[in-house]
Amino acid sequence: MSSGTYPSYLPRGLPIPVAEPDDLSAPYWLALRQNKLLVQRCAHCQTWQFGPEWLCHHCHAFDPAWVEVQPRGRVFSWERAWHPSHKSLEGHGPYVAVLVELPQAGFVRMVGNLLGDPMQAVTIGAEVEGVFEHHPDSEPPYSLLQWRLR
Amino acid sequence: MTRSRTERTLRGRVAVIGIGETDYYRHGASPDAEFKLALKAILAACADAGIDPRGIDGFASYSDDRSEASRLAAALGIHRLRSATMQWGGGGGGCCAAVANGAAAIVAGLADCVVVFRALAQGQYGRFGQTTGLDTVSGERAYLMPYGVLAPPQRFAMRVQRYMHEHGVRRAALRAIALASYHHAQSNPRAVMYGKPLDEAKYEASRWIVEPFHLYDCCMENDGAAALVLVSEERAKDFRQKPVYVLGAAVGSGHRTAATAHNSPRYASASFETVAPDLYRMAGLAPSDVGVVQAYENFTGGVVMALAEHGFFKPEETNDFLKLENLIAPSGRLPLNTSGGNLAECYMHGFELVLEAVRQIRGTSTNQVVRNDVAMVIGGPMVTPVSNLLLGSEAVQ
Repeated sequence: MSSGTYPSYLPRGLPIPVAEPDDLSAPYWLALRQNKLLVQRCAHCQTWQFGPEWLCHHCHAFDPAWVEVQPRGRVFSWERAWHPSHKSLEGHGPYVAVLVELPQAGFVRMVGNLLGDPMQAVTIGAEVEGVFEHHPDSEPPYSLLQWRLR
Repeated sequence: MTRSRTERTLRGRVAVIGIGETDYYRHGASPDAEFKLALKAILAACADAGIDPRGIDGFASYSDDRSEASRLAAALGIHRLRSATMQWGGGGGGCCAAVANGAAAIVAGLADCVVVFRALAQGQYGRFGQTTGLDTVSGERAYLMPYGVLAPPQRFAMRVQRYMHEHGVRRAALRAIALASYHHAQSNPRAVMYGKPLDEAKYEASRWIVEPFHLYDCCMENDGAAALVLVSEERAKDFRQKPVYVLGAAVGSGHRTAATAHNSPRYASASFETVAPDLYRMAGLAPSDVGVVQAYENFTGGVVMALAEHGFFKPEETNDFLKLENLIAPSGRLPLNTSGGNLAECYMHGFELVLEAVRQIRGTSTNQVVRNDVAMVIGGPMVTPVSNLLLGSEAVQ
C-alpha cells in the first residue's frame, strides 16, 4: 500500500467531499487525510456497515464504532466513463471507476478510480489495493481513496 | 374476479378516464414555463375525459415536482382541494406510485377526482445529465462524485455491468431495447425522435457515454408535461372515453436497497424483486396475462433487469428473449415501450409510459398491440423506491 501524495487521477474542479452538517461521516474523511481507512463496525454485534449511519442496521445499537481496515479488496464492478458530466472533465477523455468490495470488512463496498491506463481491461474479481490521494491545497482540503491492481 | 368489498386492494376500484400531454420538446426548447406545461397537460386530460377541471379535488405527483398542488388548485380555480400527495424518491421510480397514491386517496374516500401528473422543463431548471455548479457534496454523493461518478449514467453503469457479469447478458440485449423504442417512435408523431430511425449500425457507431452504455442506451432530456384523471369505478362510465381500470400497483424496494455508496445487498438488481410479486398478487395476474409492457428506460440495462424481475424471462434467458422481433407491436412476444418511451418519445420522467399503457387498453396507440386487455408499466429501475402498475379493460376488471 502506498501512502503520501499521489498525482490527482481526475482534473481539479469536481465537487469536494465534506461531512454532513451533523458530522456523521466526519471520522471517515478525517482519517483519509491521515492515510487511514475507517469503516463502521458495531461494537455490540460486530456487524460491518458502510456508508455510515447513526444506527447499526443489524442490532439497532446507536453510534457504531469506527475501526481501521487495510485498504485491500477486489473489483466487484467497474465502468469506463467517456461523457463529461461535469465542466472540469471536458476534453479529459475516458476514466475508470471501480466498485471495490472489502472481504476483510464484511464485504462492504466503496467506489474509487482504478489508477493506470484508462483504457486498460478491467476484470471483475481482480485484487486491488488502496492509494490515498491527497488534495491539501484544496479549499477545504480533502483526501480520496483510489485503487490500483495488486 | 369477485372479491370482498372489505379486501384491501386497488383492484378494479379506480379508473383512468382522461389523459393529456403537451407537445414534447428537446431540453430547453419549450416555449412555455414549466408550470404552464403542467396546466396545459392537466387541461388536456380533463378535455379528453370531458370533465370540468374545477371538479378536480386531488393531485398526485413524484420526484419533488415543482408544480405544487395548492398552486395548481388556485390557478385552476378548483372548488376545493382534498388530497395532495407527493411520492418520496427521485428519478422515475415514482411514476406508477403517484397513480397508486391518487387511486388510494379515492378508494379511501379522501378525494373523488384526482389528477396525477409530471411536469419537467430540464431546459429551465437544470439537466439531469449535468452536475456542474456544486462546490462541495456530502452524504452519498461524497462517496461518488469526486471519483467522476456524477450523473445517472455513471451511477447506474456499474450496477448493469455487474448484472451482465453475473448472468452472461450480452450488449445485444441492451441494443434490442433501444431499437424497439426507436422503431415504435417512427409511427408516433408525438415522439421527439419521430422521423429519426435507429438501426444496429447507427447504434454501434454511436459514442460511449459510459461503458456498457452507448448514447442510445441512455434516455433523452426533455421538456413537457403529462397528466391523467382518476375517478372511482362507480363513475367510470359517465365520461367520454372507455375507462381503463387500475388492476394493481406496488411500491418500494428490498432489504437495505438504499445502503449508500453502492452497498445494497442485492446490488445487481433493478429493485423489483419484492415489488413485482406484490403487483401480481394485488392484480391476481401472472406475467403470461400481460399483453404489453411500458418499462422505464433510464438506461436499457435497467429494462433488462426489470423485465426479468417481473418474470417475463429468467436472467439466463435474456439473450434469447431480448431480440427486436420479440419486442415490437402489434404481435411480438412482449411488445415493449410502444410509444418510444423515455428513449425516443419523450423523457417525461416515465409518465408518458403510463399514458401509453392507457392508450393500449383503449385501443388507440399508434403502435396498437393485439393483446391489449392487460398493460403493465414499470417505473424507474435501479432507484428506490420503485413502483409498477397494471391497467386493464372492463373485461378483466
